[in-house]
Amino acid sequence: MVIDETKMTSLAEATSREDVAGRSLWADARRRFFRNKAAIFGLGLLIFVVSFALFGNWLAAWNNSDIDYDVMGDAMASAPSFANGHYFGADDLGRDLFARTVQGTQISLLVGVIGTLIAVSVGTVYGAISGYFGGRVDGFMMRLVDILLAIPYMFVLILLLVMYGRSIGMLFVGVGLISWLEMARIVRGQTLTLKNREYVEAARAIGVPAPTIIRRHILPNLVGVVVVFATLLVPLMILTESFISFLGLGVQEPQTSLGALISEGAGTMSYGTLWQLAFPLFFFVITLFGFYFVGDGLRDALDPKER
Amino acid sequence: MIVYILKRLAIAIPTLLTLIIASFVLMHVAPGGPFTAERAVPPEVLANLNAKYGLDQPLWKQIGTYLWNVVAHFDFGPSFTYKDRSVNDIIAQGFPVTLTYGFLSFITAVLVGVSLGVTAAIKRNSWLDYLAVGISIGAQVLPNFVMAPILVLIFTLALHWLPGGGWSFDDPRFWIMPVIALSTSYMASIARITRSSMLETLSSNHIRTARAKGLPKRKIILRHALKPALLPVISYLGPAFVSMITGSVIVDVYFTTGGIGKSFVDSALNRDYAVMMGITILLGTLTILFNLVVDIIYGWIDPKIRY
Repeated sequence: MVIDETKMTSLAEATSREDVAGRSLWADARRRFFRNKAAIFGLGLLIFVVSFALFGNWLAAWNNSDIDYDVMGDAMASAPSFANGHYFGADDLGRDLFARTVQGTQISLLVGVIGTLIAVSVGTVYGAISGYFGGRVDGFMMRLVDILLAIPYMFVLILLLVMYGRSIGMLFVGVGLISWLEMARIVRGQTLTLKNREYVEAARAIGVPAPTIIRRHILPNLVGVVVVFATLLVPLMILTESFISFLGLGVQEPQTSLGALISEGAGTMSYGTLWQLAFPLFFFVITLFGFYFVGDGLRDALDPKER
Repeated sequence: MIVYILKRLAIAIPTLLTLIIASFVLMHVAPGGPFTAERAVPPEVLANLNAKYGLDQPLWKQIGTYLWNVVAHFDFGPSFTYKDRSVNDIIAQGFPVTLTYGFLSFITAVLVGVSLGVTAAIKRNSWLDYLAVGISIGAQVLPNFVMAPILVLIFTLALHWLPGGGWSFDDPRFWIMPVIALSTSYMASIARITRSSMLETLSSNHIRTARAKGLPKRKIILRHALKPALLPVISYLGPAFVSMITGSVIVDVYFTTGGIGKSFVDSALNRDYAVMMGITILLGTLTILFNLVVDIIYGWIDPKIRY
């Protein structure tokens, strides 16, 4: 899934329109967002997933690293049951799958959010600088983005992970650094229109230095695009991380992520231990759905157009 | 048109060089070398080895040699892990398989996606439309590494219809699951993009004119609506191609099809940098070439594009 660029451009135009007297853009957007059923459903899913990640360990009867020797290696005994406290069953090593899923959800959400923060900050700053200064600087900076966009990033990321150690930190940074390019493009486009506004001209006329203009007058007007883009980027980050972990190249034991758990579950499903695949997959799917629905809802709320 | 193609080429070539040089530098600065083994090698022997393989030369000279070998002779050098196989051998063995099911998946995704999207747009708000929209939303959260285990679960473990892995060029039963797993999420995206751009095109003036002068509906859609409606789809094909190439790694690993994705992951786990780089460069080249073709097709279809 790739973020639709035409929709993002139209959103950028909508959020940078000058306010007409009356309700502000944000008040309107809030009203429209809360009338959108899919968005509210997505928000509900996200609240559920986040509280599961935050408070799930309070409910868990087992620790995520403890091995239950009673069920270890026994496919039928490790089935989900309330009697022995394995609500989601146990994995093939006898560890409690509920606690493992909580841990995996935590890591996946963390990768998604931190990766997105990195991508969004780098992309916004880069795009704003490129767009604001324009001319040859812009030409060079955007040509660089074009070149980098054509590189299959997953391979480079795996290359990096292998060469510099498969640590979670590297994963966070790597996943974030591969997706700032699209953000930079969109932000640049909007900065180009913003910098010709009268208030920016006024600021320039009274001698405000360029970094201050970018910080005080350009960046605040980018919030709408950035928020929507970030919301839609989180699931992509989670997908990327899960992809790498599925291959066994990402998060390493004893840490785990939803991708790693899905991989384990997929490896053992021929023994009939379907819950090992089903529970992580369920949380994976509803997390992605939640972010997609909220992101789409935010976009439609900020840029209401018949589609 | 020729100028346009030349301009596109002027971007493609530096991109390719950047990719090769960047991955070479990455490999060069990575900790550990090809002769770093568990057993300590006497420094004199190491120096001899380095001299034999040209590793004592300055970096720019090594890059030059590598670049020359890759570009002029298509030679990626020897593997760091296998004694008797060069990187070229490994690629020659796996690439045909990856290319076969990759091509099939791409064609499937485009054909099914476009027809689904067009049908949904023509029969707007019918059950068919809802079905198509439902599928395309659902498939967003079913990336290849989720589809693969689910398919095996249904078609191999439950129904015993298809082999759960392996590859044969003569038996199409081996092709079905890799193609479905790889194409589903792109098919869904293509269907969604086609539907929304077809809806937009159908409400535009030239279609109204065509309808007013009494053209049959079939002709309106095939002759007048399809071409402009496909533009956003075509610009999506580039990114889709990149992520499909990436997805082939999952297919190769999960279905043991023997393609180069598996070699890539194995070399990543073995720290066989030469193979990793060879595959990254090969797939990067493919991506860049494909983007070039997409750009040219785009410029040919859309008369507005002229730089």
